[in-house]
Amino acid sequence: MAADEKYGILIDYEWCTGCHSCEMACKVELGLKEGEGYGIKLHEDGPTLMPNGKYEYLYLPIPTSLCDLCAARTEMGKLPTCVHHCQAACMTYGKVSELAEKAAAKPKQCLFVPC
Amino acid sequence: MIGNELEGVNKEVYKTDWQWQEGEYTVTRTNMWTAPGCHNGCSVLYYTKDGKVEKIEGDPLSPYNQGRLCMRCLDYCETANHPDRLKYPLKRVGERGENKWERISWDEAYDTIVEHVRDIQENFGPECIVSMQGTGRNICWQTPYLSYSAFNSPNFVLGFLSGDACYLPRTTIGHCFMGDFMVADISQHLERRFNDPEYKLPEYILIVGNNPLVSNGDGFFGHWIVDAMKEGTKLIVLDPSATWLATKAEHWLRVRPGTDAAVILAMLNVIINEDLYDHDFVENWCYGFEELTERVQEYPPEKAAKIAWIEPEQIVEAARAFAKADPAAIQWGLKVDQTVCGIPLAHGLLSMAAICGDIDVPGGCMIPRCAYDISDSYGCGLWNVSDEMMQKMLGVETSPLHALGFDPTANGDTVLQAIETDEPYPIKMLFIQSTNPIANMAADAPRVYNAMRKVPFNVVVDVFMTPTAVACADIILPCGMSSERNSGRVWWWPLRSIVKVNEYYECKSDEQIILELGKRLEPELFPWEDDVELMSWWIQSGNRFHAGWPAKTDETFDELKEKVIDWPNDWAYKKYEKGMLRDDGEPGFNTNSGKCELYLTLFEAWGFDPLPYYEEPPESPISTPELFEEYPLVLTTGARTWEYFHSEERQVPRLRESHPDPLTDLHPDLAAELGVVAGDWVWVENMRGKCKQRVRINASLHPKVVRSEHGWWFPEREAAEPTLFGVFDSNINNLTVQGVTGPTLYGAPYANQICKVYPVTAENDASMSEVITTKGGN
Ligand code: SF4
Ligand code: SF4
Ligand code: SF4
Repeated sequence: MAADEKYGILIDYEWCTGCHSCEMACKVELGLKEGEGYGIKLHEDGPTLMPNGKYEYLYLPIPTSLCDLCAARTEMGKLPTCVHHCQAACMTYGKVSELAEKAAAKPKQCLFVPC
Repeated sequence: MIGNELEGVNKEVYKTDWQWQEGEYTVTRTNMWTAPGCHNGCSVLYYTKDGKVEKIEGDPLSPYNQGRLCMRCLDYCETANHPDRLKYPLKRVGERGENKWERISWDEAYDTIVEHVRDIQENFGPECIVSMQGTGRNICWQTPYLSYSAFNSPNFVLGFLSGDACYLPRTTIGHCFMGDFMVADISQHLERRFNDPEYKLPEYILIVGNNPLVSNGDGFFGHWIVDAMKEGTKLIVLDPSATWLATKAEHWLRVRPGTDAAVILAMLNVIINEDLYDHDFVENWCYGFEELTERVQEYPPEKAAKIAWIEPEQIVEAARAFAKADPAAIQWGLKVDQTVCGIPLAHGLLSMAAICGDIDVPGGCMIPRCAYDISDSYGCGLWNVSDEMMQKMLGVETSPLHALGFDPTANGDTVLQAIETDEPYPIKMLFIQSTNPIANMAADAPRVYNAMRKVPFNVVVDVFMTPTAVACADIILPCGMSSERNSGRVWWWPLRSIVKVNEYYECKSDEQIILELGKRLEPELFPWEDDVELMSWWIQSGNRFHAGWPAKTDETFDELKEKVIDWPNDWAYKKYEKGMLRDDGEPGFNTNSGKCELYLTLFEAWGFDPLPYYEEPPESPISTPELFEEYPLVLTTGARTWEYFHSEERQVPRLRESHPDPLTDLHPDLAAELGVVAGDWVWVENMRGKCKQRVRINASLHPKVVRSEHGWWFPEREAAEPTLFGVFDSNINNLTVQGVTGPTLYGAPYANQICKVYPVTAENDASMSEVITTKGGN
C-alpha cells in the first residue's frame, strides 16, 4: 500500500439501524473489556418529530482514537470486523479517494478517516 | 446485495470447507443455536485453539446471514467463558431459596431423577410430571421427546406462558385457515437469494406485532427487511412506538396496544368495499368470502380509528397500499398473539394475505415447512403417547383446539391451576429445561413463584444459575452452549449443522442429556448410541405429520456437518396449485374445504366465532373506565433489546454495559406531568403489583401509552432469598395476569395492560423481591 493511500470507512447512515454490532465487534477485536471504552461508538438521535409531521430516527457510529482500522485483519485479507458484521451492511471499507466518490453519489453518508 | 456469490468475499481466507487451519487456529464452519437463545440460527466460524473457542466470526459465505452477527454472538466468548457458568450437576442441600448446593456426579443426578420419575409413574401416574421449556432455545423437539417417550407424560408445556401467547395462536389459526403457516418471503428459502430468477421483492411489507430488526422472531433474520428496503420495498408498520422501521415506513399506524385487530378488520373493509381484492384467488381458493364481507361491514375505518387512537385516513391509505402492492408480504410477530383476540387478529391477517392474492407467491406470504419435513416441533415423540394418556393432557378438556392436537402442548394456565388445586390431578415434578419462568414469560410471576415451590421435585437444566433454579430446583444440570453441542437447525429452511468444537467442564448438551436420561428410563425409545446417532435420526425424521411435501432425507449428521448448510431441492411456490400441501396429493390447501377458510368450518363446528373479530383488552380505557381512572395509562411490555434474549445475558459484562438498567418509555408530556426525567427510577403499578424501572423519554408514544421492558433480574445481587437475584424488583410480570385468555384458550393480554406510574422516592422505595419472597407471593 502506498504511504499516501489513506483508507477509511464510509457509513451509509440512511440504513444504520442502531444494532450495536459494530461496537461489539470492535470491542472484541481490540480486547476492550467492560468499562474500557470503545473503538467505535454508536450515537442516537430520535425518534424526533420533524416539521413535516414525520418522525426521524438517526444512528451513526463514530470511530474513536482507538480505531486502527483493524490493521491485523486487513493485513491478512479480511475486512474490518465492524464492516464485516454490520447487520444493515451499511459500512464500506476502502481507499479514501474511492469512498469519497461513493459518498458523492448518494446522500446520507459519512466518511471517516480514523487513522 | 444478498446473492450468495458474495462479491468482495476473500475466498483465500473464507473457505467452503467445513473445517480448516488458519495459523494456530482451527476454523470450523457451522451454525449457531443456543446458548445464546435466539429464534435464528446464524452461520458462524469458530476459531479454536487448545480446546477453547477463542474467536468467532459470521460466515460471509452463508446465504442466511452473509457474515452478519448481532451483539450476542459477537460476545459469545465472554458468555461461554463466564466464571458464573454452571459447571457440574448440583443437588440442593439447604432449603429451597437458600442457594445451598453440593456438586454431584452425572450418575447421581440421573439416578435421583430416575428414582423420582419411577415413583411418580407408579404411585400417581406419568401425567403428574410436567416438562417445560422457554422460547428460542434449541430444545423445541428434545424436551417434548423426553416428556412423551421417557416420562410417558403428555404434559409438555411452554413454561407458564398464559394463553400459549407466543406463536401458537398464529400457528394454530394458520392450521385451521389453510393447514399451514405463513412467513414473509425475503427469499430466505432460495440458496441464491435475491439472485434467484423466480424471486420477486415485496412491494410492501406489513409489519405487525414485532420489531423484527431486534426480535428476529420465528427464524426470520430481521435485517433481511433492510436488505429488501434498499432494493425498494416499502413498509406499513403497526406499532405503538416509532421504531426505526416505523420512521422509515410509508405508513406508520400508531395503534393503541391491543387494538390491531380492529385496524386489520377495517383494512379488510376498505379492501373489500373498494374492490381491491384478487377476484381470481378469492373465487378459486377462498371459502366464505360473503360471510367475511358481511362481517367487515361492522368495522368501518372511522370506528376502528377511534378504537385504535389513530386517523381513519391512515387505515384507508394503508389498506389501499397493501392491496395494490404486488406482491405484499406480512411480517407478523409475537404481539399478534399477546391479546385476548390473538386468534381473530391472526385470522384477519391471513384473510388479508389471501384475498389480496399474496399467499405462497414469490415475495408474498409464503407457506413454509421445515426442510425435509424434520420433526422439529413440540409434537416430536407424540407418537409414543397412548390415546388414553393424550386425553389427560392439561388443557384438553377446556379447548377442542388442544384436544385435537393443533400444536400439541399442554396449556400453561391449566398447568398452573393443576399445581395450585391438585385438580384434575396433582403435579409432582417439573422438568424445567432452559426456561426461567419467574424472570420472564410467566404472567403474574409472584403467583407462579408460589406454585413452582409447591411442586415436590423439580429439575432445572440451564447454562447459568437462575432465580427459578434458586427458588425451586432440587437438581440442577449444567448444559452446554452452542459450540459445545452436536445438533442442527431447521426452522424453516435450509437445514444447518451445529457442530461441537469444545467442551466446558462437565456440561452436556441438551441432546446428550435427553438421550442419557431417556436410555435409563425407556431404553427401547432411545436406541441411539450417542448424540451423533440421535441427530442423524432427527435429520431423517420427516414425513411423520405430512405425507407429501417436503420429502424426508436419509442424510446423516456427519454428511450434514460437511455440507454445513443444506438446501433441499424441493422448495416451490404456489404449492396449493401443485398438490404439495394435502396428504391426498390433490391441489388445494390442507383444510376441510381445500381452500383458505375465511370462514372457519372447524370453528363453526366447535362453537367459536368462525370469522375474525375485534375484542377490547379486558382492562382498558373502554372495558374498565373506572379502573382506568385509577390506572390511567395503557401499558405495553416486551419490546426487545439488542443486548438480551428475554431473561438471558444480564451477567455478561459487555452486554450489560450497553444496557445496564430496565427501561420504561414515557412520552415527554407524561414525564413532565410526573416530574421525572430520563434515568429517574419510577414505579409502574396496577391492581396486581408493581415494579421499578428507569425512565427513557420517547417522544413518539401516545402520551397515555407506556412501554416497559421485560425479563429483568440482577445476577450481581444476592442469589439467596429474600433477594433472589432481585427477580421481582423490576419484573413487569408482577403486573400481568394469568388465566385470562381468548375463548379458544389462545391469546393473553401481556402487551395491553393498564397502569399508573410515579417516582420512586426514599419513602416509597422497597424491594419487591423481599416483599414477595417473605410474604410468599402476592
Ligand atoms: S475498523 Fe476501527 S472501528 Fe472498525 S472494528 Fe476495526 S478498530 Fe474498530
Ligand atoms: S453495525 Fe451497522 S447498522 Fe449496526 S449500529 Fe453499526 S453501523 Fe449501524
Ligand atoms: S440472531 Fe444473533 S444471537 Fe441469534 S444466531 Fe444470529 S447472531 Fe446469534
